[in-house]
Amino acid sequence: MRGGNGIRLRVNPIACTAHGMCAELLPELIGLDPWGYPLVPDGPVPSHLAEHARRAAAACPTLALLIEDSIAGRRSGGRHAG
Amino acid sequence: MNTLEITGIASRPVPRLLAGLSYYRPADLAEHYRCYGPLPQLLVGNGRNRSAVGRRFIDAVDASGLTGRGGAGFPTGRKLRSVADGPRRGGRVVVANGAEGEPASSKDRLLLTRLPHLVLDGIVLAARAVGADEAYLCVHDHETELMSWLDAAVAERDDPLPIQVTGIPGRYVASEQSSIVQHLNGGPAKPTFAPPRPHERGVRGLPTLVNNVETLAHLALIARYGARWFRSAGLPTAPGSTLVTVSGAVYRPGVYEIELGTPIGQVVAHAGGPAERLQAMLVGGYFGAWLPVAAALPLPMTHAALKAAGGALGAGMVIALPASSCLLAETARVVRYLADESAGQCGPCVFGLPALADALADLAFYGGRGRLLGQLGTLVPLVERRGACRHPDGVTQLIRSALRAAGADSRHHDEIGPCRGVLREPLLPIPGDNA
Repeated sequence: MRGGNGIRLRVNPIACTAHGMCAELLPELIGLDPWGYPLVPDGPVPSHLAEHARRAAAACPTLALLIEDSIAGRRSGGRHAG
Repeated sequence: MNTLEITGIASRPVPRLLAGLSYYRPADLAEHYRCYGPLPQLLVGNGRNRSAVGRRFIDAVDASGLTGRGGAGFPTGRKLRSVADGPRRGGRVVVANGAEGEPASSKDRLLLTRLPHLVLDGIVLAARAVGADEAYLCVHDHETELMSWLDAAVAERDDPLPIQVTGIPGRYVASEQSSIVQHLNGGPAKPTFAPPRPHERGVRGLPTLVNNVETLAHLALIARYGARWFRSAGLPTAPGSTLVTVSGAVYRPGVYEIELGTPIGQVVAHAGGPAERLQAMLVGGYFGAWLPVAAALPLPMTHAALKAAGGALGAGMVIALPASSCLLAETARVVRYLADESAGQCGPCVFGLPALADALADLAFYGGRGRLLGQLGTLVPLVERRGACRHPDGVTQLIRSALRAAGADSRHHDEIGPCRGVLREPLLPIPGDNA
């Protein structure tokens, strides 16, 4: 269940209000644009970072960072707030 | 330019939807039936095997190859099926989108003001196809006269389901399909984060079909004359006719019905030909792309051909820009308008579009001091594909194409200063301007 195989990150841009927590917790993958909003890679999350990715998603104050199963395309982790 | 001929495409407009266009007022029901004939009773009657009939109609729409005429060009049969296959409990909803958000498009307004029964037929047929028992016809809420005409047209008919004429705010992003659904659910007319998409969970949580009014009007003809007839116009890969709005430096601007695949040069000819020497064409509206005139004229009006050229067919707008206008200045005004039209929900759109608008306006009107082209090149990827809807992507596609089409003139603006074209009166329509 905890395996990192085939998860992807996605941002709900309506919910995101640029707290920047995700870039603090997952600097390996997430950068910030000039306005403080996260730049999230399209590709799958490398398995050694999967746990960090889940933690970053859980820590997002607006639950705007989503973990998606790349196969099913389904959302888990952070809920859609708003 | 005699390379404009594509085999099998008529050299004149093809009046199919527009065949009944003869009065300077909405055609009434009697005139409508006289022109197009009655709808097949099997399709709209209250027979027992309604859902099987609906399924067969979806098969016919699949076979016709009809795609959505609102801009995205999604296969209509597949969209109908996605709603028809949804959960049955609680019912389903049809939403006809007649809230034409594109300032340079007037085809939907033409259909609604002159041929409302074609659209209403289409709503009834779509409802039968997906098993819906209620429908909304959405137009801009400031069009009160149009709404009363449409109410009168609905009252003339004896439809098997209620069709409610509904006003939605006249903003650019308000006519995006998730905006309309959220508005009908009592929320703001702003795009929502997908999934769920309307066909999964739409109006009151029910599977909802949102179709452009022209798409629905085509259903009215397919039901009467069949898929094969529909395919007898256009190309095998892009069948049927479509409405286009031609404006700018042409002698007879207006709405024309053309076969899909008609070369852009031919479309310009339908509209009376160029009124001045042309520089570029804006095809597909403000979410489309600029194409240099020589490249644009032979291009067939299809989603595939325009996408390959870096543009989009969109809802079929063609705007001819004269050589003496400044393409960058025209684009800068439109980008400012589109930045102001952001729903204000997503950071990259809220902050990125004004930054793009500022940089482009400086480049167009004051010159780039050799650094603005580079700055635009950095900003564009920071905005692209980062909104909940396609609004920011439409803007970046427009800017990319403008810099490409302006070519040497963009470098002139960046390195030397504005060209003389910036002094010309603005050509592209911006709502709220008195121009």
